[in-house]
Amino acid sequence: MLKKRIIFTLLYDSGSFMLSRNFRLQRVGNLDWLQRHYNFAHVSFFIDELIVLDITRGDRHLGEFCHTLEALTAGCFVPIAAGGGVRSLDQARALLRSGADKIVVNSPLFDQPDLVQDLASAFGQQCVVGSVDLKRQTDGSYQIHTHSGSQPLAQPPQTALEWLNQDWVGELYLNSIDRDGTGQGYDFALLDQLPADCSVPVILAGGVGNGQQLAVGFADPRVDAVATAHLFNFLGDGLQRARQTLIDQGANLPVWPSLDQLGLRNTPEPATA
Amino acid sequence: MVADIVLIDYGMGNLWSVGSALSYLGCQSTISGDPGRVARADALILPGVGSFRQAMEVLRANGLAEAITEAVLGRQRKILGICLGMQLFAESGSEDGFSQGLGFIPGGVDRFAREELGTLKVPHIGFNRVVASDQSRLFQGLGGPTDFYFVHSYRLLPTNLPGQSATCHYGVDFLAAYEHENIFATQFHPEKSQTNGLLVLKNFLDS
Repeated sequence: MLKKRIIFTLLYDSGSFMLSRNFRLQRVGNLDWLQRHYNFAHVSFFIDELIVLDITRGDRHLGEFCHTLEALTAGCFVPIAAGGGVRSLDQARALLRSGADKIVVNSPLFDQPDLVQDLASAFGQQCVVGSVDLKRQTDGSYQIHTHSGSQPLAQPPQTALEWLNQDWVGELYLNSIDRDGTGQGYDFALLDQLPADCSVPVILAGGVGNGQQLAVGFADPRVDAVATAHLFNFLGDGLQRARQTLIDQGANLPVWPSLDQLGLRNTPEPATA
Repeated sequence: MVADIVLIDYGMGNLWSVGSALSYLGCQSTISGDPGRVARADALILPGVGSFRQAMEVLRANGLAEAITEAVLGRQRKILGICLGMQLFAESGSEDGFSQGLGFIPGGVDRFAREELGTLKVPHIGFNRVVASDQSRLFQGLGGPTDFYFVHSYRLLPTNLPGQSATCHYGVDFLAAYEHENIFATQFHPEKSQTNGLLVLKNFLDS
């Protein structure tokens, strides 16, 4: 039986890792800081997948981001998706050469669909993760926002997402701008914004503050994977404990032995944060 | 451990992460797309993501198909195919129209059929449970069904192949791993399957 996935999303802006709340950013620390306090290669053994997004609001430096991605993912043996500001095949290639297995695209889904098609034909549909940010309106309807949440799309979501079954994207990453970073739990109404015949695996993001909220996420059969970007709530040994609790409760998550159990550890036991 | 292991570079795989997993296991590997180098290697890994037809076209155009065949069938060097790399070992594939594969594994590669899947989604993405045969060399030390990371829309079916070493179920039982003499292959990504995958890679290196 296919297992559910817990995905950790790291947000990067101009050399720093960020916390995001309703898409407003707060600087947390650079790569050295992240490695010193959290030992990411160790933490990665308690997640099923990693997403690293360059959400720099000004000019992006792809080379620097690729360098960070490479350093970050050494010693991580999970699928890695990366994106943010990808506007050409060459930029996507640079990320794929720096440790990414998949490319995340957001605004191009709506304003540069040719790129999304080109990515799918060059690297395969499974290589493309479509990321969609949604915001709830006062009347209860939802609106897609592009460009880091700054530009509302006039079309209603179901119309704007009609292309979903055309085999351009292998997965869909749905994020709630209203819940982002709040710890209030997922907004399941996001799932109602998809076209009825959507057959693309869905990653639900936005709003998780603890392990039980992750479990509520993957209890919904429409959800294939749950994501959280909350650095402080889950790093340290937070993810390890949350994962173990969920597995003990019978959650449908994959399991693997520790490096020590297999006698594979080639680095000293990391210091805990 | 193997002295000289070459990751075959034909522009269609995440060589970086396979290399990084091997180096974690203490094994230095070389990335090369040079047919001469590939033909001389002690061991080969053929990773790959993308389309079957495109991959075979590239392998043929670069002389790599011939070099791989020489190393594997001529010089009996061991090889591990990963994901698309495993599929390319088959006799044929129907992705983007019919094309011939390397022919190391009997059978053809086809898309998961609608009637096999019902409401299940394609691609098959995520960790799924793999059941291996007791005699398997690749799965030694894992003990019982084990979770591995898959991402694919096409599959080989187990048809009582002599080298059928593991299966997985996604609407239908499909071939998750193959091992016959010096030919090894996994439909899942061992380099993306946490410690379970590291052990499979280590078993390949030690075999």
